[in-house]
Amino acid sequence: MLTYIVRRLVTAALILLGASFLVYLLTALSGDPLQDLRASNAPNRQALMDARINLLDLDTPAPLRYFKWLGGAAQCLVPFGNACNLGKNIAGQPITEALGFALVQTLTLVTGATVLAILIGISLGIVTALRQYSALDYGVTFMAFLFFSLPIFWVAVLLKEFGAIGFNDFLRNPEIPPAVALGIGAVLGLIGAVVVGGAVKRRLIVGGSVFAAVSLVLFYFSLTQWFRNPGLGPVIIAIMGAGIAVGITILVSGLKNRKALQSSLIVVGIGVIAYFAVQPLLNDATGLMIFLLAIATILVGVAVGYFMGGYDRGQSMRAAGLTAFLVGALLVVDRFMQAWPSYFNNSRVRGRPIATIGAGTPNIQGDFWIMSTDTLTHLVLPTIALILVSLASYTRFTRSSMLEIMNMDYIRTARAKGLSERSVIMGHAFRNALIPIATIVAFDIGALIGGAVITETVFSVRGMGFLFIDGLLHTDPNPVMGVFLCVAITAMVFNLIADLAYSALDPRVRIKA
Amino acid sequence: MSQPTQEEELLAQQALAEAAAIQTGSEVTSGLSQGQIVRKRFFGHTGALIGLAVFAVIFLLAFTSVGAFGIPGWWKYNHVDVSPLVNDGTPTSSLWPFAWGEHPFGQDRIGRDLFAMTMRGAQQSITVMLLIGGIAGAIGAIVGGLAGYFRGWVEATLMRLTDVIIIIPLLLLAAVVGQIANRRDEGSWLTGFAANNGVVILGIFLGFVSWVGLARLVRGEFLTLREREFVDAARISGASNARIIFKHILPNAVGVLIVNVTLTMSAAILLETALSYLGLGVKAPDTSLGLLVAQNQEAFATRPWLFWFPGLFIILICLSINFIGDGLRDAFDPRQKKFRAKSAIETAKHSSATTAPVTRTPKGS
Repeated sequence: MLTYIVRRLVTAALILLGASFLVYLLTALSGDPLQDLRASNAPNRQALMDARINLLDLDTPAPLRYFKWLGGAAQCLVPFGNACNLGKNIAGQPITEALGFALVQTLTLVTGATVLAILIGISLGIVTALRQYSALDYGVTFMAFLFFSLPIFWVAVLLKEFGAIGFNDFLRNPEIPPAVALGIGAVLGLIGAVVVGGAVKRRLIVGGSVFAAVSLVLFYFSLTQWFRNPGLGPVIIAIMGAGIAVGITILVSGLKNRKALQSSLIVVGIGVIAYFAVQPLLNDATGLMIFLLAIATILVGVAVGYFMGGYDRGQSMRAAGLTAFLVGALLVVDRFMQAWPSYFNNSRVRGRPIATIGAGTPNIQGDFWIMSTDTLTHLVLPTIALILVSLASYTRFTRSSMLEIMNMDYIRTARAKGLSERSVIMGHAFRNALIPIATIVAFDIGALIGGAVITETVFSVRGMGFLFIDGLLHTDPNPVMGVFLCVAITAMVFNLIADLAYSALDPRVRIKA
Repeated sequence: MSQPTQEEELLAQQALAEAAAIQTGSEVTSGLSQGQIVRKRFFGHTGALIGLAVFAVIFLLAFTSVGAFGIPGWWKYNHVDVSPLVNDGTPTSSLWPFAWGEHPFGQDRIGRDLFAMTMRGAQQSITVMLLIGGIAGAIGAIVGGLAGYFRGWVEATLMRLTDVIIIIPLLLLAAVVGQIANRRDEGSWLTGFAANNGVVILGIFLGFVSWVGLARLVRGEFLTLREREFVDAARISGASNARIIFKHILPNAVGVLIVNVTLTMSAAILLETALSYLGLGVKAPDTSLGLLVAQNQEAFATRPWLFWFPGLFIILICLSINFIGDGLRDAFDPRQKKFRAKSAIETAKHSSATTAPVTRTPKGS
């Protein structure tokens, strides 16, 4: 095992050397770094050109310059040496500093989008595989093809127009005309009827109730101007929490496991009580505190499951822990909604909360909730765009992986020995279908940092992609190399993790040392 | 051709024909060649046929309307002509009653005809796409085939080269070569050619970096096929390496190649439009679909049609190529069942052990 990892790392280092040489040469070849100065009419043109030639060391030929750069970069390998030198960009800023800033920006942008895309994509893939050849399957397949074919910059412009400008206009006077409410209800009801499947009667009942519920809720929102002053309150949290508890229990253990259901419901009760207890605490929240609270919440849930016990203690603990986490998330959402009016009326935001560009409103002041809301409103559009374009591959991949598993002999055996459909799907099929998905996910996470170039450009986020394109347009190899190093190293590390994870998850695959 | 090979092929074909016959529910037909079977399966795939038709229409429209290769087209404007604004540039076409009008897709602010610009853009994007597909397919097949067939140091060298290129994210690499392809500052032989054929250069450069995934797939295919009995038989009967590669292995690997070239092309359209959008691909005064979207996104509030039509064409081209690729994959992969709900449900209802379709064929995975 160790031999294998060492061998992989040595190969990776050699590949990295070759690739970095290639990228350096290509970048240096791609244009003339003095172009803008040659065209300028400034009186000190020659001095400026000399300065830039000095800064970028243009008198040295590119292959030699690469080895100079490599010498600096090699110092990054010295642990705690603090002598990391990736050169400076055309403005004289050290690349290590620029990279640090850009990395934070990019990670903020892509993390949420990737997690959501994976979750939604896998769930859609499973549902479509279970309802193969249904209207839902055809619909999702077509949507997947469509999303595959969408240029993200085009989607982004549409989102800016309708998601931001349109929604902000709507917020100025948040009244939903009855016809629109009925229309949205009808569309969602139709989707509900398609998703639920089964006999016509069942579909009609589900579709009709979704239609009625959605329309009524929208009427209510319109009457109370909910979008201006959103909030959940303890009653809604209790109702939604009960729904979550039942849903999670169905997925994790099945409703027959009464202990699991009871522990989930107890957790919801604790959550509603905690709603009143933590409000003062949440008023001076910090990111760390929210994180610690989340862990505490999960621990409480697991503890409840443990003490409820039952014939399968693990199931109760899992169900209660998941429910606790989701109910805790509801509490946080509620607190965000409480902060919404003050964010909305902030003098910097001026009643147009959904932003189209940038990573934050300039010079905004406020507590944790205001600042987080600001980040979130800036993330909404890029996240939706990224989810749309990356959703399709996860859906298709999960669907085919799941279909393949569902035709396996051991699934038939599991059915034949009388297991419930839930435990066949969740316990036998889904877990095995996850093995290939896990490797794909690891690959994708490795490719993440460099993958959002276009999104960053469209939404003017100054992340890794921006650094790369900007360096390229100025024929400045140093930022390009910095970005390339980060991207390539993450990609290689995650490829290695993917291979190791595969052999860990699937005992049939053994690594040859 | 040696005897065992033919037998092997015949067996494979029979199994394929049986599978096809059982799936379509028709009478057992014997003696179909692999090409015929693939064609039959492809033309039974509704999505792929629609995709093919849409792509053909767009292709013809794009190349005949504004003219190509110096041949004038039938449309009265071209992408640089400025004409007086008609109706403030709004599109004049209407679906009912159907009419083209003077400027079917409208005009931009200075009066250029959007239909001509979109067609020119589609032409450029399709050219780049075909070039990328062709070049990447050829290089991928050669590199992958040589590495998979000869093994040893050839494989080591070629695959390390592939590893080096594959570690650089495609969009970043494409951005760099796009920038190189757009270099116009030297008096080299490239400059004269590139001044007139910018997209051709861009397509060729992008093709040179897009082949790595294909090479890996083809190598895998060659690795399995070269261990097969019919290859051994051919080698024993004295066939040369070239003959084995071209006559025995390549025809069996061609399915994987074609399918993945198609999928590469659908990604290529998005790659080219994205590069042009970023300002690293096709540059003004020439135009491409991505460039049109980039130039007109600011005008969305006042002239939305400038934004809708180029984007619509990107999606249509990419979607149709994706559907064609999906149809080809189904046609080449006999283990994948045809996407036909009614018959699938019926066979599921009436199936018994005797009618289980023979879908496993000797063709390699």
